[in-house]
Amino acid sequence: MKFAIRSIAVAALAMSAFGAHAQKGETVKIAWIDPLSGLMAPVGNNQLKSFQFFAEKYSATNPAGVKFEVVGFDNKLSPAESLNVLKAATDQGIRYITQGNGSGVAGALIEAVNKHNERNPGKEIIFLNHSAVDPDFTNSKCSYWHFRFDADTSMKMEALTTFMKDRPETKKIFLLNQNYSHGHQVARFFKEGISRKRPDVQIVGEDLHPLAQVRDFAPYVAKIKASGADTVVTGNWGSDLALLVKAANEGGYTGNFYTYYTGVTGTPTALGKNGEGRVFQIAYGHYKMGGLMDKYQEEFKAKFNDDFYTGSVINIFTTLGDAMAKAKSTDPLKVAAALEGISSKSVFNGEIQMRKTDHQLQQPLYLTVWSKTDKKYNYSVENTGMTLVPVKEFPPYISSTPTSCQMKRPG
Amino acid sequence: MEFFIISMLNGMSYGLLLFMLSSGLTLIFSMMGVLNFAHASFYMIGAYFGYSLNSVIGFWPALLIAPILVGACGVIFERLTLRKVHKFGHVPELLVTFGLSYIVYELVQLIWGRTAVEFVPPDLLKGAAFTLVNHSLTGMTFVWGAAPAEMCQTADAAIRLICTPFPATRGFMMIVALLMLVSLWLLLTKTRIGLVIQAALTHPEAVESLGHNVPRVFMLVFGAGTGLAGLAGVIGGSTFVTEPAMGATVGSVIFVVVVVGGMGSLSGAFLASLLIGVIQTFAIAFDYSFVSVAQSMGVVLSDAARNNSFLKLTISQVAPILPYVFLVLILIFRPKGLLGTREG
Repeated sequence: MKFAIRSIAVAALAMSAFGAHAQKGETVKIAWIDPLSGLMAPVGNNQLKSFQFFAEKYSATNPAGVKFEVVGFDNKLSPAESLNVLKAATDQGIRYITQGNGSGVAGALIEAVNKHNERNPGKEIIFLNHSAVDPDFTNSKCSYWHFRFDADTSMKMEALTTFMKDRPETKKIFLLNQNYSHGHQVARFFKEGISRKRPDVQIVGEDLHPLAQVRDFAPYVAKIKASGADTVVTGNWGSDLALLVKAANEGGYTGNFYTYYTGVTGTPTALGKNGEGRVFQIAYGHYKMGGLMDKYQEEFKAKFNDDFYTGSVINIFTTLGDAMAKAKSTDPLKVAAALEGISSKSVFNGEIQMRKTDHQLQQPLYLTVWSKTDKKYNYSVENTGMTLVPVKEFPPYISSTPTSCQMKRPG
Repeated sequence: MEFFIISMLNGMSYGLLLFMLSSGLTLIFSMMGVLNFAHASFYMIGAYFGYSLNSVIGFWPALLIAPILVGACGVIFERLTLRKVHKFGHVPELLVTFGLSYIVYELVQLIWGRTAVEFVPPDLLKGAAFTLVNHSLTGMTFVWGAAPAEMCQTADAAIRLICTPFPATRGFMMIVALLMLVSLWLLLTKTRIGLVIQAALTHPEAVESLGHNVPRVFMLVFGAGTGLAGLAGVIGGSTFVTEPAMGATVGSVIFVVVVVGGMGSLSGAFLASLLIGVIQTFAIAFDYSFVSVAQSMGVVLSDAARNNSFLKLTISQVAPILPYVFLVLILIFRPKGLLGTREG
């Protein structure tokens, strides 16, 4: 009831105030739909804190003058549960949702949002995807209501394989991934990219394991060792990467790891001092981006004793604030139109642009390596005394990949 | 070769962990005719008790005290609920344990949170138990503990040199399980208590008329069974992950163990746990799928068949469901289990 009254009040306010800055002072609620229970809960907890931390920061500084509020919903990493939660969020009148853990979930949400918006004109929802990187979402399954702020797998693999071109010592590769759309895409795009750039590289093994189920990676590590691979490429995240590197350490595997998510909760601790110079990460940021970002990171750590690693959260608030100011409204229908093609200045990774054709954020990528902290790169991740040090930067024009998206726009 | 040895040891250590759990389950089943659905919950409580005690009194005392506490919980549960519903038959008993598993799951989340806790093994168990050094010229050597770094390095690129450590936690897991097996066997066959337990299994009335308190025997067996699960929990929790879903993941597998081994058969449970542990570990090593097998046999497949996602599944991908396939096959072809004595 309270919600109903509040949303009526907000609606009435929006209707009556046809000023230049109608959106000023409005509260924009964002439903955060990610796991808060199960093996991936530590990742979810960290990201919810990140969203709430930056909602507070950006409520004070966004150009639209709106107030951001993030409401957390636990989806248990399940697509079915996420749809229930989406219903709960829309029932509360929330018009913006964000999710990122698991492309399986993201795929289900995109379809649900498409359907919802078709059936409920005037009550559209926008899906701000912070980390789900299946390239299909900005290609064959692209949606007008979906905006991706992470770099998709095609972009990351383009950068990663470009880097491998200059590393002739990489000869034999093992692909170990989670058995769902994201893991399949990592394997597919890596093979595609490496066959173009390093046709001599041999894929000596390829495996898929269930998502967030495996407690014991020792059998996989034994298999990797037996294959003679000098390098493992994996899109694993959360517990699936932490337990993998833990088993690799225990099993005495000394090859390289090329990952997406070394910096994500759990993995740094599992790595510890091991893996120095052997574990690489390809991502849109690292722990020493300079300027305001360093301050935010310190502040986050002081407040939660945890590391902030989901930089896309910042880019979401930056871009959303800019778009709302441009649209002079918080109505998702108008904001979606304003988000398309918008260029913003990111706090940490330079000029970013939300590409109009497929709603994929264009941003630089960084290849980093697990190293001891030093004078310049002094941010100790999970208090391990280690950090990710950049070895190569890929400006947007290199990491950008073409899209086949044929977007259906409203009206 | 080192791949085979290490995988075998990995499989056996996992299998022995399953045995620690299923031995208690099968003991309770053979006594009371009740499948204790909450058995894996006691495993989880064991891990959490171990985790909490570990930070207060250290790992080794915790390894002793946590199982005793879990066993005490089991005794209390048996005395206060299971015995009360016993007279209503097996279905209410089953439902009570089923309900307990939910209550424990929620309680654990309330007390310790929904995320994994960091249960680190003691320093003694942190490194390697032994290391296999496979040198392409000098062959395989065996070194206790971690191998010195110079043994695992070679300047000559032509020499294939691989060091494979075996984690001490797993070695410890195997030792504890084997000790448990031996002492359980001695207890049941060589002692007076064991004789009473065995007699109470088959002829409870006769044992009662001889002046033994059969309900108390049941209660103690239940306590001992859950205590063993607690012990497995402390070891499993520190070796793998301590989190609220840990019970659910082994819970279904230990039922497979008990059914495959034969309900109520301790030796059957031992055989089945090892079998399932080893099968699950080795399955991961095999990349054969229907498509690859058919092609290697010279069968020409159409493009559609080759790209069929079901036919493309490799054994390693279906490894997690193999125990259940095994369960179904056993129930069809040998319902009494591998070493079971009774039908059905």
